[in-house]
Parts: sequence; C-alpha cells; structure tokens
Amino acid sequence: MVNVNALADNGAAPARPPGPYESNDEPRAKGKLDELAFARWKELGITPARPCSDGVFVRRVFLDILGILPSAREARAFLDDRSPDKRSKLIEAVLGRPEYADYWALHWGDVLRIKSEFPINLWPNAVQAYHRWVYDALQRNVPYDRFVRELLTSSGSNFRTPQVNFYRAVQNRDPESLARAVALTFMGARAEKWPRKRLQGMACFFQHVAYKGTGEWKEEIVHFDPTVRSAGLKGIKPTFPDGRSATAASGADPRIAFVDWLLAPGNPWMARCAVNRLWSWLFGRGIIHEADDIRPDNPPSNPALLSWLERQYAVLKWDTRAMLSLILNSATYQLASIPRTGHPKAEAVFAYYPIRRLEAEVLIDAVNLITGSTETYSSAIPEPYTFVPENQRTVSLADGSIGSSFLDLFGRPARDTGLLAERNSSPTAAQQLHMLNSSHIQQKIARSMQIRSLLASNRQPPALADTLYLTILSRYPTDAEREIVVPLLRSQRSAQDGGLTLAWALINTAEFQYRH
Amino acid sequence: MGNDQPATLTRRDALKAGIASAAAAAVWPSGLAYAVEPRAAAGLPGKARSVIQIWVWGGPCHIDTFDPKPGAGAEYTGPLTAPIETSVSGIRIGELLPELGKIADKYSLIRSLTHENNGHETASYITQTGRMPGGRIVYPGIGAVVSLFKGYEAGYKGLIPPYMVLTQLQGRFSESGFLGTRAKPFATGGDPNQPRFVVEGVVAQGITDPQQAERRELRRKLDTLAVTLKDDPRIVALGECEAAAYDLILGEGRKIFDLSQEKDDLRARYGRSTFGQSCLMARRLVEQGVPFVTINYQGWDTHKSHFETMRRKLPEMDRGVATLIQDLSDRGLLDSTIVWWCGEFGRTPRVQWEAPWNGGRGHWGSVFSALVAGGGFRGGQVVGASDATGSEVANRPVHPADVLRSMYMLMGIDPDGPLPHPQGLDVRVAPATSEGIKTYGHLAEIM
Repeated sequence: MVNVNALADNGAAPARPPGPYESNDEPRAKGKLDELAFARWKELGITPARPCSDGVFVRRVFLDILGILPSAREARAFLDDRSPDKRSKLIEAVLGRPEYADYWALHWGDVLRIKSEFPINLWPNAVQAYHRWVYDALQRNVPYDRFVRELLTSSGSNFRTPQVNFYRAVQNRDPESLARAVALTFMGARAEKWPRKRLQGMACFFQHVAYKGTGEWKEEIVHFDPTVRSAGLKGIKPTFPDGRSATAASGADPRIAFVDWLLAPGNPWMARCAVNRLWSWLFGRGIIHEADDIRPDNPPSNPALLSWLERQYAVLKWDTRAMLSLILNSATYQLASIPRTGHPKAEAVFAYYPIRRLEAEVLIDAVNLITGSTETYSSAIPEPYTFVPENQRTVSLADGSIGSSFLDLFGRPARDTGLLAERNSSPTAAQQLHMLNSSHIQQKIARSMQIRSLLASNRQPPALADTLYLTILSRYPTDAEREIVVPLLRSQRSAQDGGLTLAWALINTAEFQYRH
Repeated sequence: MGNDQPATLTRRDALKAGIASAAAAAVWPSGLAYAVEPRAAAGLPGKARSVIQIWVWGGPCHIDTFDPKPGAGAEYTGPLTAPIETSVSGIRIGELLPELGKIADKYSLIRSLTHENNGHETASYITQTGRMPGGRIVYPGIGAVVSLFKGYEAGYKGLIPPYMVLTQLQGRFSESGFLGTRAKPFATGGDPNQPRFVVEGVVAQGITDPQQAERRELRRKLDTLAVTLKDDPRIVALGECEAAAYDLILGEGRKIFDLSQEKDDLRARYGRSTFGQSCLMARRLVEQGVPFVTINYQGWDTHKSHFETMRRKLPEMDRGVATLIQDLSDRGLLDSTIVWWCGEFGRTPRVQWEAPWNGGRGHWGSVFSALVAGGGFRGGQVVGASDATGSEVANRPVHPADVLRSMYMLMGIDPDGPLPHPQGLDVRVAPATSEGIKTYGHLAEIM
C-alpha cells in the first residue's frame, strides 16, 4: 500500500491522516489492560499493529457498539475534530445511544434463543415480551449479576414475567437439558462434555422447575414445584459444578442456591464467561476461543489479561457499559487490522483487530441506511403479534422466526442451540452473487432517493466523492482513489450513472462488508 | 438457438475456454466446514447421479391423483368419478392426468405412505428428513445431504451450485438443518416462464455485459482494504467467492438458465406455466450434473374450492411431470436421474361439503401417495395400497424415511453412514433403529 496522502497536503485541503487505515505512530499502552496485552506480545516476540486511523475507529465503534454505520455527517464531524480526547468522547457518546440496546439485544437474542417457533417454541407474544425485557435491561444497564439472577430464579407468566422464558427457550425441558442451557449461557461450558455425574448434580437444582398453562392462549406459568421430581435423578444429590454439595433448605427453590453459588465472589465461572463473551463480541473471538467452550484443556490465549478483566468486572459492580468503555478505550482495541507480524498466534492474542464480515442483520441495515431503503419482514406464523413495521431496522427484530432470504443467505443463526458458532459469517459465492448482481441490492441503489439527491445537488465532484466515501466507508478517499472517482463523477454518461455505479462498487468492497 | 444437445459445461471446460475461474469447491455452499468421507452404499452400484424433487407443498390429494377410489362413491370422489387406464394394465390414475397415463411404465407409485401427522411444518419435516421434530437435533433435508455427499468435495465440478431450488425456498422448513448455511440451497427467484428468466444474482436487468465488466474493474480498483490485506485468508476466500460469482454473471454459467435455447415446441409440451418451465429448467440443470434440484410447487392446500383447483392445477402438473420424465428418457438421462413427486401429506378422503369448506379437503397424514421414477427405480409398479376409501394403509406401509433411504441407496450414499454434526454428535444419514422411528425398509420391490 503506497502512502499516497503523504504527497498531498499543501495546507489548503483539510489535513488527512497518513493512510486510510493506520496512524503512523507506534501503539502505546494506556492502562493495565494494555500492559497485560503488550506483555504477552513481548513474550511471544510479536510486533502489534499500528493504532487504527480515525476513520477506522469511528466506523469500528459504531459497528461494534451500535450495529450501525456512522452517517456521513457523524463521520466527518469526528474526523475533523481536533481535540486530543475525541476517541474517548466518542466512546461515551456511542455507549449512551439507544441503538446500543437494540444491537446488544440481538447478541443476547442469539444466546438466549429468542424465537417463536421450531425447535424452540416461545410463541410470538412471549418472544416480544422476552425481547423487550432483555432490551430494557440493556438500556437501563442493569448490573450483569442481577440480570443473571432474574433470568434464573424468576417464576411467573411468560407474558408478564418475561424473564421466565429462559426456561422455555430450550428444546427439551428435562432438568439435564435445563442445566445444559444454564451452563452454556452463564458458565460458557458445554456440559454434554462433562462427566455425567457432574451434569446430573447440577440438574438437581432445576428439577423442580414446572410449567402450567392458563386460560390465555400460549400463556404458560413457569414456577417452583417441590413435588415435581425427575426419575432420572433419583438418588442424586444437588452438587455444584465445582464438586461442592448443596445443603438445601427444605421447601426452598434450589435455583436460588445455585445462583447464589454462581454469583458468589470469587466463583470463576460467571465472570470468566461474561467478560470473555463481551470480548468476543467486540473482537470476533474470545480470549478463550470459542467463547462458549470454556474447559481446562481450552486455555486462554492471555491468562493474565483474562483474569484481570474478570476481577475488573466485579470491581465495576457488573456495570456492562463501564466494562465496554474500559475495553474500547484501550490501545489494544484501537489497533489497526493490518498485522505487522506473521506470527501464527498474533490473531489469538489480539496483536491486530481481526477483520470479519458484518453480520447478516448489520449488513442489510447498513445498505438500507446508505440507500434510504427498507426491508419487508414477515412471519409465517399466523398471529397478531408478528406485525413488523416497514421501517424497523433488522438488528431490532425480536424474533428469530421472522426473517428473509437475505438473512438466511448471510448466515443469521437459527437460534436453535444458543451456540455462538450458529452464526456463520464466512463468505460464499451465492452471497457475492447477491451483493454484486441481485435485483434486491441493485434496486436499492438505483432507486435510492438519498444517493440520487446527493448526486443531483450542485456539489463539485471532489466534494461529492468525499460525501459518498464518508457515507459508505466512513472516511475520506485517498488521493489514489480520488484520481479514479472524480473523473467518473465528472464524465460518464451522467454524474447520476457514475455516482450510482460508484456507490455500487463501494458497497461491494471488502472494506464495506467487513469490520476492520 | 434450438440446440438439442447442450454442451455439458464443466469447470475444466470453462478453464480451457479461458473463462475466469476460481476454486469453486471452496466457495459454494457445501458441507466443507466438516470433513466427511462419503461411504459407498454396500452392494448397490448407485446408478443415480441426480434427484429432481417435485415438492407439491400444501398436500396434494392422493385420491384425485395417483390413488383413485371410484368404488368409494361420490362422498369420496367428488365430481372426479372416472379414473383413467394407463399404459400399464391394472394401474389407474386420476382422470385429470392423461399425459402421465401414457407413460406409466416409466414411473412407480407408492400408495401407502404414512406418518400420521396433519401439520404442514411437522409433516414437511418428516417427509424430507425422515425424522420427528422436537429433539435437540434439527436434521437436514435430503437435498442438503445429497449436496453434501455429491457436491464439490465429492468431485462435482459444475459452475452451478450443487443444490438448486426453483424458484423459492420453502420458508418454514430449514432445508439444511444442523449442516447450516453452507448446505442451504441456491434459490433462483424469478420466473422461468417469463421471456427472460431473471435468476437472482446471475441475470441483472438493464446491465449489459460490457457494463458488467466495467463495473467489475472499477470495484477491483477501489477495493483498497482487500489490496492492503491481500494475504489475509479471509480476503483470499472472499476473492474466490467473487470470482465464482462472476463465472455465472459474465461466464458460461448463465447460459444454462437461458430457456430460449430450447425449441418452442418442447417448451410448449412442458407447458407455458411457471411449473412447466421449472420442470424444463430442472432437466437443464440435471444435464449439467447438478446433484439435487427442488421444484417448490405451491398451491395444493385446498381446504376450499378443492375441485376447481384440481381442474386448474392437475393438467398443468400432468403436462410438466409427464414431459419431464419423457424428455429425460429421450435423452438417456432417466437412468441416472430420480424424479420424486411428493407432498407433505394427502387430503381428507371424504369431501368436506359442509360450511365453511363447501367442497374442500383437509390434511391427511394417515395415508398418501408419491411418484418415483428413474435413477434405478423400476417403472410400471405400485407399492402398497390404501383401503377402499383411501383413509388408511391397507398393506405394505411406507414411512417417508423408507423413500429417503431408497434414494440414498440409489445415489450411492450409505444411509447408515455418519453425517457431520457440528458438535460431534453421532447422527446417521437415515434414521437409525435406535431412533425409534417406525420404518418398514427401503423400496426393494422397485429397485
């Protein structure tokens, strides 16, 4: 990559960063998190990537925290801001936006398997209530320990106490299946790999979870019923996964004893699972990878860093936004995605930001945002609760049973198992066909009033090029790119044709389709 | 062009012709993520190379199609009282299927399918996976399994993806189950009965070839991140996908979808309907070696206006399916191509004349029919029978899993071999005895 911009600055044009993706500096540790990351790189002899450019940063923070692109105006304002602390100001501003809860409810919807029908059968009304509960908890920044306690110990109607749907969003409701779901969701463990005895010991805490219907269609009460017992657990004593046995007070709901154990200070399971999963949602992989396969023979790539983050989450009183802010403000998170090493472990120790394709929902939302178009979503389930307003963003769809062929094609998870690996963001030729040449995408671009009115404005081609680049790639074009783009906007059959073709081309770049 | 002998286009040919190419094996949906060695079915040559699944969704009536019951009286037959003799003595079929009647020696009928389920989703799932839903595992349908074992890893070299759907996906049925996105079929979209079959992604309206080439070049020049990270394996994989996509957009692949290359009289014989032309398109895909093609044929959930719908749809269905089988036979492709016509269930044998149906038929999973032809299935046979009113199985019950097992065997896929499960669970191609599904064995009598 030739650093074309170095030639350009003559003082007239606004000063631009030296390259589109990196700054020219060396990364510098900014706090304990970075010290631990830097120490690991040093230990392995890895040179970390340079800090990312401002253009990369604004786009990355918007995508990772909000699941949306910055608008051209937002990107420009950030790029042109001269204040030295503009990155941390952006982080705080972004964490305070409502789209944060939309996007993280999507993450949680995958993990909690929020869908109406088959093979998880929450049914539409309960899906909406459950999703709304998760969204509210994220929006209000409910401390994570309380979030877990609510999900695991509540009793009541699936419509009125929506968090009880945790126990309904499973393919089987026997105590071992419930224990497996709890282990996967809050311990990051795949309990089917455990010794059977350990799973059974844990299952005892969930054997009194009972279900009953009401007069209301599809309403179900999840409650504690000490008379319900599982034949398969006869003679098994409730035992925590660490081997300690529980002293159950008679008549008490054993789920509470389990959650007390899970949330006890120093219990390594919950913080490790939580913080590692947060990390994986930001970086595309956990410090333990995969983030929901935590076991002794799957060690963290940086044990000191993970332990410190675990403790820090407790110190921050399970304040998730504060935890995200801590990570986002680190030099480690702000590295460019361009490696400066061929070391095979470089990605696993986060010596650069790993690129990855936008999730299906985020990708189509981004195309819609740029073009000003919308998607039509519908559910095949004949119920009144599944109306989807036309302008709803895809990311905020509550229900995994509502979708489109685009979402299927781009690997949206089925929400059948809650495994993170259900989401498949690897590229296929069929996806490329769709992006490059389908009527679906072509028409969004060709009929975009947003792009057409921009092109019809009396802006000069260089300014037009800037705005198109800011809109689609959240940065200014490089000089090399200007040399291609400006003549295109000037000549061709018309600026409209040239501009629409340019929008198509930019939407089909790796830079647009990947987080980087 | 009226070309009767379309050239079979393989990737090697494409390379010879200088068409830009990529490692298609790596980029089309397939089970690539999990390495699995297909096991050859013991003792069977595996004559079949492709399957054409005609999915008659909604539930076609068995009595009005392949299992007529003239003796049951008007309560059961409605106005369709006069089934026709076929070219095979002793086999009679519904009176609205004259073309299929002429070629009964080329296919066999199964009249004793049963799974006892009357819900569309569950019955669709049972019929195409052989399993009951509800456990921890969401099974893939036969199309996903065949495309896994007969796709690129198994040496398939076509430009066209190995699992094609004409024209829309089924929606509520997840074709690929636990095999995931990579085993999803490619749905063409569009309508093959339109003057130009606009296959979604392959054919773009209003963009000429030179413009396509120009756009491709512009995109390449502006792909700054891809140039910067050109050695990143993710960028390499994306580039291969893009190259394979352009093989279809600008290369030879799209010509396969150009039905104007077929003679007008043949197109007319298939029927100038979306279904008829889909049948013709399916033949063209099979000629290219595509291992699994599904035609999703909608509109058979006839709770009301049942007989009006039959009079409209059955002639269309008759022409399309009969011409497909005859055309495959004429081209020597029937021996290597299974044609499988089936819906998720049959329909209530006794006509529902009462309100609100006013002459409709409901769902019926107790007994229903299927047609199979080619690929090693013998023709002119009938497997099993329903009772006098078409209400229950009278003899030789057949579970959908038995039909699936038979097709796997003919395709040379070991039905008892393993499927690659992402969490490493032990899952077999067809239901194992331990799964407790009541099956009755493969269709030995017609294989």
